[in-house]
Amino acid sequence: MSDSGSKTQTAPPEPGIVRPAQQHPRDWLLRQDRLPHIWCPTCGIGTCVNSFVEAVHESGIPEEQFAIVSGIGCTGRVAGYVKLDSFHTTHGRAIPFATGLHITRPDLKVIVFSGDGDLVAIGGNHLIHAARRNIDITVICVNNFIYGMTGGQLAPTTPHDARTTTSPYGNYEYPFNVPHLVASCGAVYVARWTALHVRRMKRAMLEAIQKRGFSFVEIIAPCSTLYARKNRLGTGYDLMKFYHDNCEVQHGADTSELDIGFQTKITVGKFVDIEKPTFLDRIQAGQAKH
Amino acid sequence: MSKARGALLTGEHFMNGDVAVAEGALAAGCTFFAGYPITPATEVSERMAERMPDVGGIFIQMEDEIASMGAILGGSWGGQKSMTATSGPGFSLMMENLGLGLMTETPCVLVNVQRGGPSTGLPTLVGQQDMMQARWGSHGDYEIIALAPNSPQECFDLAIDAFNLSETYRLPVLMMMDEVVGHMTERVSIPGPEKIKLAPRRLTDRPPSEYKPYETGQDLVPSMVEVGKGYRIHITGLTHDERGYPAVTAPVQQRMVPRLVEKIRHNAPQIVRYEEDGIAGADVVVISYGITSRVALMAVEQARERGLKIGHLRLIVVWPFPEARIRELASQIKGFVVPEINLGQMVREVERCAAGQARTLHVANAGGSVHDPADILKSIEEVLR
Amino acid sequence: MRFWRTPLDHGKFTTPHGRIHIIIERCKGCGFCVEYCPRGVLQISEKFNKKGYHYPEAIKEDACVDCDLCESICPEFAIYSERVEESPADNGKEVQG
Repeated sequence: MSDSGSKTQTAPPEPGIVRPAQQHPRDWLLRQDRLPHIWCPTCGIGTCVNSFVEAVHESGIPEEQFAIVSGIGCTGRVAGYVKLDSFHTTHGRAIPFATGLHITRPDLKVIVFSGDGDLVAIGGNHLIHAARRNIDITVICVNNFIYGMTGGQLAPTTPHDARTTTSPYGNYEYPFNVPHLVASCGAVYVARWTALHVRRMKRAMLEAIQKRGFSFVEIIAPCSTLYARKNRLGTGYDLMKFYHDNCEVQHGADTSELDIGFQTKITVGKFVDIEKPTFLDRIQAGQAKH
Repeated sequence: MSKARGALLTGEHFMNGDVAVAEGALAAGCTFFAGYPITPATEVSERMAERMPDVGGIFIQMEDEIASMGAILGGSWGGQKSMTATSGPGFSLMMENLGLGLMTETPCVLVNVQRGGPSTGLPTLVGQQDMMQARWGSHGDYEIIALAPNSPQECFDLAIDAFNLSETYRLPVLMMMDEVVGHMTERVSIPGPEKIKLAPRRLTDRPPSEYKPYETGQDLVPSMVEVGKGYRIHITGLTHDERGYPAVTAPVQQRMVPRLVEKIRHNAPQIVRYEEDGIAGADVVVISYGITSRVALMAVEQARERGLKIGHLRLIVVWPFPEARIRELASQIKGFVVPEINLGQMVREVERCAAGQARTLHVANAGGSVHDPADILKSIEEVLR
Repeated sequence: MRFWRTPLDHGKFTTPHGRIHIIIERCKGCGFCVEYCPRGVLQISEKFNKKGYHYPEAIKEDACVDCDLCESICPEFAIYSERVEESPADNGKEVQG
């Protein structure tokens, strides 16, 4: 982190220009009365929301048509900051709620925006079934490798050997390869980016929103206060630099090769983009025959 | 079922309680059902799977009961009347999301066809052992509305009432059936549409700039919106203020949660429902619900044949409990006899309200079969001794 | 970008310019904008906001090309650039990347 006070300098720093402002160009989709948000300095969730706002804008779909459903956790708080019809549901159960909302309102774009613990641990069963059914929703999974809100416990996405409060001697378990899991269950769109890849993350979110069927975007994001700190990795700033130096873009990679180890290479890209009838397509086809 | 039928199968039918409750839901306008198979409620799901295409609705078998409850909450916010059905083990799983439905004030109906418990218990045999769980099963403070039909006909009729109550008071309403009522086949008369009164969803007439999702008037029930109409609502299970935004503080909790509870307590006189017979001048009143009420009738008749003055009070709406009536009766009679297929649940409410003014005797039955009327008769005589 | 020679159609292009605006009270001093600005426009200033975070300042605003990266990467929605008049494209001048 920059710390201009401690650098040795020969000349005093040039005074910079600061033009104070009150509103941000992307505020139109945010509940401004609730900003600044609760996420830590150098947390990546805000950046994911930033890209999401741009994706909504670029989709050209009217905002009224979106509904956002989240679960519990740091990422779960996204529903409270985005100015769309939003539902902050129970831990792990965003996907069933979104399924019900989508089925009764197929005209809406239902987005599930939640964290790795919420979607893959307690919500894992719902994740695989929604993918299997090809429910036409978009799931954005912010993966910070840890349970942030509750203080930094182990998640099924925590890399092997990493330290968390419930794995103080190092994680004995191996994490899920989430894109592989979701792709194997039948998702029609699977991509992974990191919070650093702002434009590509935005494009992936846009494609996922526009895609018919179950689309899944995993965003690896820094957790400063817990994951980085407990593993002596610095702050989120340092994790972003790590993503910069260690990410490899491989579109169309075999999802079985997307495992993430502790501070190892992260493969990002768009891995699955196929066409398949959705759950409602099949119901409508069946009911037409009836 | 090759010919498409409408939602309302007006006419005389011979159907079991599970099928009747599904038909009642369809008559009430239910167009979304998410369920999971569990004996003895599976037939509700099966009937719904068969009939949903007839009403242009959707049936989905979810991966578990937790998902079923979550899906119907989403379906309700999607603007459609939504229902799920389960039994004891599934009821336990649904508790967390039931709490979400109560906290977010989401109208929907949850059917529990009770069986013997605890745990896996007696999947195919009767119990009435989830009555207290219906009231207290989810964590935190809340009030709930629960109905107990005692015949397939009532399964049909009360299903419509359940949807009406859920829309009027904005909460999940429970249909506490039992395995015997669910599986017994009896005559069900389905009326014409002119006889069916449906309560509409209470949508706001305010524009988005003025609307607050949890602002209430005299009756303490907030008005709802349709998603996708520009209201940009935020609905959360966290303690929230009138805007719906999380407000995780003691003052908001102390304002908001009592309002949720008062919403039912304040309106209890309109919600409470029971059926009385022979109460005037009675020495003993038998209080029962569900299938036990039909068995109790036999015991009451036998007692009356012996010249005893016995009244019968059948709970139709079990929660909120008719406290005022029980208190009133307690001062007039010698005692209450409460047969139920459990080891003491609703009897505790009776006892609480009787407050020592009248004896309260429980006729226990651990489950698996209905009472022997002789046991109820014995308790009636015991109270009079 | 360093040109070996001036391209023939050079006159047709202009370089966009941006002006940086900062919503001071939202900034949490994360440093993403400073680190990832491709033109080195920003640095963390000595000043701080009500919460004690040091927010960025633009030290090379002439170099800003309104690429919107700071606007996109900021987790706090605290910084953005405003497009201002464009200038003729850089003509063989070496610009800090």
